[in-house]
Amino acid sequence: MLKFLSKYPPLKQLKMSFGVQRFMLILGLSIVSFFILVAIFADFIAPYGFAQLQYENGEYFGSQIAPGGSHIWGTTVGGFDVFSRVVYGTRTAIAVIVVAVILSILVGVLLGLLSGYFAGWLDRILVLVADAVYAFPSLLLAISLSIVISGGRSGFWSGILAAGLSITVIFIPQYYRAMRAETLRIKQEAFVESAQVLGASSFRILFRHIFRNATRTLPIIFTLNASEAILTLAGLGFLGFGIDPTMGAEWGYDLNRSVADVSAGIWWTSIFPGSAIVLVVLGITLVGESLNDLADPRLRKRQVAEIE
Amino acid sequence: MSNLLEIKDLRVSFATDSGSNKAVDGISLELAAGEVLAVVGESGSGKSVTSKTILRMLPETAKTEGLVVIDSNQVSSFSRAKLRKARGELASMIFQEPSTALNPVFPIGWQMVQAIRSHKIAGKRPTKKEARELSIDMLRRVGIPDAQKRFGYFPHQFSGGQKQRILIAAALALKPKLIIADEPTTALDVTVQAEILDLLRSFQKELGVSILLITHNMGVVADLADRVAVMFQGKVVEQGSVDEIFYSPREDYTKKLLAAVPKIMPAEPKDTPRPDSAVVVSAQKLNIVYPGRLNTPSFHAIKDLDLEIRAGEVIGLVGESGSGKTTIGRTIAGLNRATSGSLQVLGQEMVGFKEADFKPLRKRIGFVFQDPASSFNPLLSIGECIAEPMAIHLEQSASDNQKRVLELLDAVRLPKEFADRFPHELSGGQRQRASLARALALQPELVIADEPTSALDVSVQATVLELFSDLQKEFNFAAVFITHDLAVVNQVADRIAVLKEGVLVEEGSVSRVMHDAKHPYTQRLLASHPHPDPKLQAEHRESLRALIAKEAQ
Repeated sequence: MLKFLSKYPPLKQLKMSFGVQRFMLILGLSIVSFFILVAIFADFIAPYGFAQLQYENGEYFGSQIAPGGSHIWGTTVGGFDVFSRVVYGTRTAIAVIVVAVILSILVGVLLGLLSGYFAGWLDRILVLVADAVYAFPSLLLAISLSIVISGGRSGFWSGILAAGLSITVIFIPQYYRAMRAETLRIKQEAFVESAQVLGASSFRILFRHIFRNATRTLPIIFTLNASEAILTLAGLGFLGFGIDPTMGAEWGYDLNRSVADVSAGIWWTSIFPGSAIVLVVLGITLVGESLNDLADPRLRKRQVAEIE
Repeated sequence: MSNLLEIKDLRVSFATDSGSNKAVDGISLELAAGEVLAVVGESGSGKSVTSKTILRMLPETAKTEGLVVIDSNQVSSFSRAKLRKARGELASMIFQEPSTALNPVFPIGWQMVQAIRSHKIAGKRPTKKEARELSIDMLRRVGIPDAQKRFGYFPHQFSGGQKQRILIAAALALKPKLIIADEPTTALDVTVQAEILDLLRSFQKELGVSILLITHNMGVVADLADRVAVMFQGKVVEQGSVDEIFYSPREDYTKKLLAAVPKIMPAEPKDTPRPDSAVVVSAQKLNIVYPGRLNTPSFHAIKDLDLEIRAGEVIGLVGESGSGKTTIGRTIAGLNRATSGSLQVLGQEMVGFKEADFKPLRKRIGFVFQDPASSFNPLLSIGECIAEPMAIHLEQSASDNQKRVLELLDAVRLPKEFADRFPHELSGGQRQRASLARALALQPELVIADEPTSALDVSVQATVLELFSDLQKEFNFAAVFITHDLAVVNQVADRIAVLKEGVLVEEGSVSRVMHDAKHPYTQRLLASHPHPDPKLQAEHRESLRALIAKEAQ
């Protein structure tokens, strides 16, 4: 199993990495896997629910209680438990990443393949559209989409879908561009010509010969986009276009609510969700950058050669 | 006698993903002043690495041990600053690919002046004017016409051969005593190769520079070298004078290497009658034009070509780069479009053809590509690659395909286990055999082979050519064999068609053309081809000179 997995990223890169690059990759992978574990076992880790305001006996938590006692990271101005909301927030973050990235990979890769292979007018139009999307400020685009999709405020899944889809629109051009460039390159290779000369159908050439050879750069874009997706989600939440606090925990929203606390000396409501965002983005970026460096033989460090 | 260049016990290792890789393993070489030492070997023998070690041009991943002395300067222990001075003044290099060795965004003169002005001549830095004069003088000496004016031209305004001349001019501008030439003519056409070799020889005679020549081409060695060192797997297996190496080689490896070099034999002139069989390909007044983009004129690749290929006959299409030989092959295979005239392939008219009409015919045509490294999908096993034509054209079960794959592997003399291997696990020659197997999978009537052996080492080339001939006799397919190497045609083809700038200049049976070429271009092509025999090559060189002198009149 491990041997099979080690052919695919990121384990493949881990095997060939060395020195500082290896340390960065391992650090990134550990941060990311830590957050994934927290998201999976959120129900067991968090002492309270993300929208819970009262103890079992009906007594309210109270707002802005300092860390310690039954609330290790304190409570927010709205009376939520900070620790529980940060823990459940990982779930939201990862759900949004998965939705956004899967959707944009599906659409972007397909469009990139078709556009690169068939060229012509289809290619021109798609490139134009992709460029136009690039030209929009991404957060503005995300805001307008989230208003269109959910009217600005919504439940857990519809909120995630709204955030995911609005991020998707921004990311599709990136996958599309990368895939199109790879397809254009591979189209010139002799093995594609040899399939053409045999009379293989375009479908067969695209999916048997080009597709798998063109996916090399995807893991890198994937990781770099994942960190951007979290920032966009947090931005949406911060501006009030995210998920309703009673429907799901979301770091951006909590940060927004804690703005007033900062000047009042209440540090715990902003530090914890803020650090969570920073840490996840750092972890994913470390993985992405390391994959990027390791994929390039000129940037990849190797053990010093020995003369026997 | 004191040597100009001395290499003692040189070892080089590279750091790779799978540990260190020994490239050069304890070699020692000596080069006397005014001498030409050729280092020959196949790819991976470490000859290029050796040449780069001399001026310490290796990447950071390399580790070097041993002694390099040029003109009693121990270069291997120089500081960076001293090394920079040594490059160009003590020794300079000429590279394989002239088109990438010049920066395309600067005029060639500017680049030469930069190189000259970063050194001191007679104790002081030359002024711009002095450097310019020196550059123009050098350009003139390497035979660039109108050097004064062309000093300001950009690299793309020169041909490949001229670019190599410019690089030689730049290399010699600071009067180094040693020139390291790493495959200086490999990227050039034979006629240009002969000119560049002549130029190098004249500089060696007139200026007394020593040349360390790195090459895989035995013909080039025979033409230029005084002494030869044969390298194999990072070691020098044999060293000696040209005559010793060519006429009485001691080591088996040297003998094998020499035997593998294809030769143009002065065969008996006999016009073998053409087989009276069906016509497979027939071109009449065929024109192929590549349309130009905005503002650029269109390119006329093939002009009024008449050609006929009959069943069971192998025709060698020969020409230099830009002659249109590959275009013809690709058009016959339906990869390019013909513009006007007529081209019948297996009865189908190819001018303005529809893919749907041609598709059923594709299974009757096999194609072998030039580069064995890229002609297989890296993610499919060799077995799957060879089965592709069957999967596309035949409706038979996967196990039947598998059976046929094993038969084919056997036919091209590859072991059965190779079906499960991946392309990168095979050597170039093995891949080219597998490529032949794929081309023959559907028992085609016509095979198009586009320079199938030009990326291979000579010893491998010999076995692939032999295999090709054997298979052709066995399956009796018609073949178009595209190549730039006349000796290769001699070995495999029945007929030969010589192309020059899109025009068919000569066509006939191989023995007739080789023995008695009618067209001056064919004569020149034959005379430029270096013979892997120093004495023969010396005579040959004279005949080329006579030919050029005759043409000039």
